[in-house]
Amino acid sequence: MPVLVYIESENKMFKKAALEVASYGRAVANTLNTSLSAVVFNTEDCSQLADYGVDKVLTVNHSNGFNAKVYADVIAQAALKESANVIVLSSSADSRYLAPILAVGLKAGYVPNVVELPKTQPFSVKRTAFSNKAFCETQITTEVKIIGLSNNAFGLIEHPTSLQSEAFSPQITSSDISVEKVDKATDKVSIADAETVVSAGRGLKGPENWNMIEELADVLGAATACSKPVSDLGWRPHSEHVGQTGKPVASNLYIAIGISGAIQHLAGINSSKVKVVINTDPEAPFFKAADYGIVGDAFEVVPKLIEKLKTFKAQNS
Amino acid sequence: MKILVCISHVPDTTSKINFTNDNTAFDTNGVQFVINPNDEFGLTRAMWFKEKQNATVDVVNVGGPETESTLRKALAIGADAAFRINTTPTDGYAVAKELSKVAVDGNYDLIIAGRESIDYNGGMVPGMMAAELGASFVNNCISLEIDGTNATAVREIDGGKETLSSTLPLVIGGQKGLVEESDLKIPNMRGIMMARKKPLTVLEPAQQQTCTSSVKFEKPAPKGAIKMVDADNIDELIDLLHNEAKVI
Ligand SMILES: Cc1cc2nc3c(=O)[nH]c(=O)nc-3n(C[C@H](O)[C@H](O)[C@H](O)COP(=O)(O)OP(=O)(O)OC[C@H]3O[C@@H](n4cnc5c(N)ncnc54)[C@H](O)[C@@H]3O)c2cc1C
Ligand SMILES: Nc1ncnc2c1ncn2[C@@H]1O[C@H](COP(=O)(O)O)[C@@H](O)[C@H]1O
Repeated sequence: MPVLVYIESENKMFKKAALEVASYGRAVANTLNTSLSAVVFNTEDCSQLADYGVDKVLTVNHSNGFNAKVYADVIAQAALKESANVIVLSSSADSRYLAPILAVGLKAGYVPNVVELPKTQPFSVKRTAFSNKAFCETQITTEVKIIGLSNNAFGLIEHPTSLQSEAFSPQITSSDISVEKVDKATDKVSIADAETVVSAGRGLKGPENWNMIEELADVLGAATACSKPVSDLGWRPHSEHVGQTGKPVASNLYIAIGISGAIQHLAGINSSKVKVVINTDPEAPFFKAADYGIVGDAFEVVPKLIEKLKTFKAQNS
Repeated sequence: MKILVCISHVPDTTSKINFTNDNTAFDTNGVQFVINPNDEFGLTRAMWFKEKQNATVDVVNVGGPETESTLRKALAIGADAAFRINTTPTDGYAVAKELSKVAVDGNYDLIIAGRESIDYNGGMVPGMMAAELGASFVNNCISLEIDGTNATAVREIDGGKETLSSTLPLVIGGQKGLVEESDLKIPNMRGIMMARKKPLTVLEPAQQQTCTSSVKFEKPAPKGAIKMVDADNIDELIDLLHNEAKVI
């Protein structure tokens, strides 16, 4: 009974989070002494999956684009076809959308926010809870088990395989929901996919001062984010609000500029690996939660940081 | 239009999280409980439908007697009636099952839940309810309009948003954006007085099906000390990020 992973792609390229799911799925398959199957939508060239441990890929053509119910239904059919009883997906907005529907369809226990490989006998996983303020070991007691892997928790692990590919034509049901419009910035990395996030708070004084934040993000290839009051004040869009009541951030590097480090903010960004804080106030709580800190005025430090990073990039590319 | 708003009763965002019984249970000692923030946005949007489109709005929680203060708060904000399903929830699926039964029995057109609860962060109850009910479902919902039996909703996707249309019945997983922060209502005296007279019905649970169980909790390991870098020495920061942290 192989492990099944749902592999997401965008513009026919596999997402990094999807390759992480494959790496994790491979490791689970190894512990369970079985093989790894994948289901992929609308992507012809799947050869990259052979680098991350996938043995067999089921390719599905569905020209209508993402639909949670339809995709959940297709993944369920793939699971039945493969007799998979462990299914792994990512923490993307789409995966989180379809996972509960898939779980009900397969009568499977679903645990999101998983950060480690499962233990077996009994089958349990470690997940974050209380908005990253704790971990919870959770048993899955159903026969079919669905794991939602936290972004950036496991990493990419290469594991070459000889990949078999099979066209899969599941029954596609009609959907009761239709997409009218998609607005998506194609030139910017999203907070969910970013390796680095540059975030700024009320210390920046006003929306007119975000140019340097965007420039810093540009140099680093980072996504931009902000604290809650900054989005409440309308200085930045709501989609940039990170924290316990906003988006979670699990990047490799998180740079917080003019953010005090309130408990609700930290809860959302705690699973970022390396945190840098720039703040005028040496007593700001963020200094207790960060790895590297600079006490200083953002309006002086950030422009210098941008210049130095540009030089660094020029030397290291 | 009949609206059901699912209210999760969660520790206030400022709470320190501790565990008891050999780390098997959440320690509620000294913890303030509130309406889950995502549900508060949904409830406020429901109030708009009540005022502008004559909807009736009921609220429901699956939980023990201690959650009634939270349901009363939702009544004080303006909900018409409340239900409490008298059981301590064990997992998201069990909650979704109980809520689905209330939704079916009450014949609701629109079911508003939150994108996730800030305690267990499952993000699964609304989707599971929709699947149980065979209703349409929009997650991460940041805007919702209803016209007769047609719904137009916007969902947040990674890096953007998507506008969707469907018909009722509909379940949403709502969040900030459904209404603005400044639209959130603090119950006033009149609301609190009226809430005392509104019905809060306790229902016994129908079934106890669970798929997962929380075995043990653990707090994150304490963080190592921060390294401070002088504001005049940005080169050192770049060197640390490159050679020590290896993130640039
Ligand atoms: C229910 C609830 C939920 C919440 N959820 C969230 C959430 O999800 N995310 C979130 O972020 N917040 C959340 N908050 C708000 C949180 O409590 C804080 O109010 C907020 O995080 C503070 O934002 P800030 O750090 O940008 O602003 P402030 O607290 O005003 O801090 C500004 C900081 O900038 C520094 N500063 C000032 N000038 C400069 C300068 N020139 N250069 C460098 N630094 C400077 C100051 O020293 C200060 O530390 C929530 C609050 C509540 C009640
Ligand atoms: N015990 C509960 N009672 C009522 N509604 C709940 C309960 N638990 C979760 N919900 C609803 O489901 C949403 C998502 O919760 P969760 O799946 O636990 O993250 C919450 O925002 C609530 O709207």
